[in-house]
Amino acid sequence: MPERMISCAVAICEALTEEMARDEAIFIIGEDLVAHGGIFGQFKGLPERFPGRVIDSPISESCIVGAGLGAALTGMRPLVDMHFADFVTCAMDEIVNQTAKIRYMFGGQVKVPLVIWAPDGAGLSAAAHHSQSLESWFIHAPGLKVVVPSEPADVKGLLKAAIRDDDPVIFFQHKKLFAREGPVPEGEHIVPLGKAAVKRPGGSVTILTYGSGFYMSMEAANELAGMGIEAEVIDLRTLKPLDFETIADSIKKTNRAVVVHEACLSGGFGAEVSARINSELFDYLDAPVLRVAAKDVPIPFSPRLENFVLPKVEDVIKAVRQVTYR
Amino acid sequence: MKSSVSTREMRRLYRTMVTIRKFETLAGELFAAGKIPGFIHLSIGQEASSVGVCSVLRPDDYIATTHRGHGHVIAKGGDLKKMIAELIGRKTGYCKGKGGSMHIADFSLGILGANGVVGGGFPIIIGAGLSIKLRHTDQVAVCFFGDGASNRGTFHEAMNMASIWKLPILFVCENNCYASTTPTSYACSVTNIAARAAGYNIPGVTVDGNDILAVREAAGKAVDRARRGEGPTLLENKTYRRRGHFEGDPQKYRTRAEVAEWEKNDPLLRFASVLKKKKLLTGEMEKEMQEGIAKELKEALAFAEQSEWPAPEEALEDMFINP
Repeated sequence: MPERMISCAVAICEALTEEMARDEAIFIIGEDLVAHGGIFGQFKGLPERFPGRVIDSPISESCIVGAGLGAALTGMRPLVDMHFADFVTCAMDEIVNQTAKIRYMFGGQVKVPLVIWAPDGAGLSAAAHHSQSLESWFIHAPGLKVVVPSEPADVKGLLKAAIRDDDPVIFFQHKKLFAREGPVPEGEHIVPLGKAAVKRPGGSVTILTYGSGFYMSMEAANELAGMGIEAEVIDLRTLKPLDFETIADSIKKTNRAVVVHEACLSGGFGAEVSARINSELFDYLDAPVLRVAAKDVPIPFSPRLENFVLPKVEDVIKAVRQVTYR
Repeated sequence: MKSSVSTREMRRLYRTMVTIRKFETLAGELFAAGKIPGFIHLSIGQEASSVGVCSVLRPDDYIATTHRGHGHVIAKGGDLKKMIAELIGRKTGYCKGKGGSMHIADFSLGILGANGVVGGGFPIIIGAGLSIKLRHTDQVAVCFFGDGASNRGTFHEAMNMASIWKLPILFVCENNCYASTTPTSYACSVTNIAARAAGYNIPGVTVDGNDILAVREAAGKAVDRARRGEGPTLLENKTYRRRGHFEGDPQKYRTRAEVAEWEKNDPLLRFASVLKKKKLLTGEMEKEMQEGIAKELKEALAFAEQSEWPAPEEALEDMFINP
């Protein structure tokens, strides 16, 4: 029997429904959750199914994250909804100075089972305050795990894993992918944190990507196949901890790598991966590691401007042709 | 009329205040002697606030404290040995030497941590209060903070949230007249921080923060109210920071005369005189108490100084439960 197809939004709901039914310590807190099941309908049905466990908060980002953190420290297992990932700026102290550091700073006395769920990404003409991809900021804050899923099955499996994890996880969900459908296993389906997936095998080049970059990379890989270039597409899924083993295995075979992400270029996750590949796999490389990313400007509003700034399938193809000298 | 406090409890309150005073004095000496790395903030002169509030708490109640938090930790039952060991950076310290003076926590005692960020405790205490509510227990969560922190956005977010959700929280402002070098009279729009409670529709109470029985009385009422599910209170304990913001602070922002004036209003002297008047404390008892505490601190210091330093590689431990 073929697997059923569901969207990322439904996968999120399913993961949360299953987890909340399993563990009473789980609750969700954020702005505008109850009336419509979240502004993207991502928690549809949960407020009715779990009364009192989906909590509408005032617009107070510091205290929303703090509420999650304080509850996590005192026996609960909260999921904090940031409304838009861009608003993490209003709660940076709580995320970076408090949540990320508490376990370490206090000598490992306590666990922090907190998920900070942040819808990110551009492509919806939402402009500069509602479109960013900010994952690399949190890579640079030791103490956080960083998850950026792409396909619905991973969304479900990684969200369940993040909720069950005893460490703080920041979970970026691309807004444009809410409606994206894919096959998703029913019931218990866990994708462990820190495991990348080879989603398309190939021997010519390794494309390392995550989130929206994954779909761009798959499209590029299909076109490249027509030119006789077989790209291996690795969906990193979790950026921290990073599954470098899977990356290394692939690059040892392909000898080339392109990193693709929607976040802007400078200081992006591509820089980190590229640096690691250069220092650990230099002898295997036949070409410099290239990065495909957004241009270094805030995300503009007008569709023509936004489209110009964001990375595209053509950019991935161009980068792959460059490293394969084709 | 003040609620009755048993003789035994009165003496216990005094003993804890003296312990804090002596601990802070010792910490100041250790710092001056170069034995404490980094910088420390002492709470000398504010003992009535920490002891008065914590005396009405149960072991399972929570507190969040500040960079000036030694007194709160001691008043909530903190272990002097582990505290001093942490202050001097040893492996046996509360945080294995990873936190230091500004980051002491003891989750087994409900101490959710001191905080290096002014106003960093408010969001955390909201979470503790919410968790209490969701778990249907009758615990209470207390957030200590200073006048300076009442100007942070986190204070205002937290007061509002605690109010709308009727969280079992006691906000304790220790108004010690200065936020670092900045006088409260300059930086705050109100004379009494407690007045800010009105904006959030919760009770705001200002008391003489150097009168331990007044603090205890007010905190007791607020804690009872919170335990009954009637919501938060903002308690302002008016006190004075007798030491500099940090040890070594040149204190150019105030006069010696001002400090001397407040020294006369010492919370320990005031409480000792109450106890002596009521014949609850004799010179002999006081001497015995002082010696007992001195001995405890001496032992704690010896424990700390004899403790191992952490191995450098231990800096890589305690990051994640599941790395």
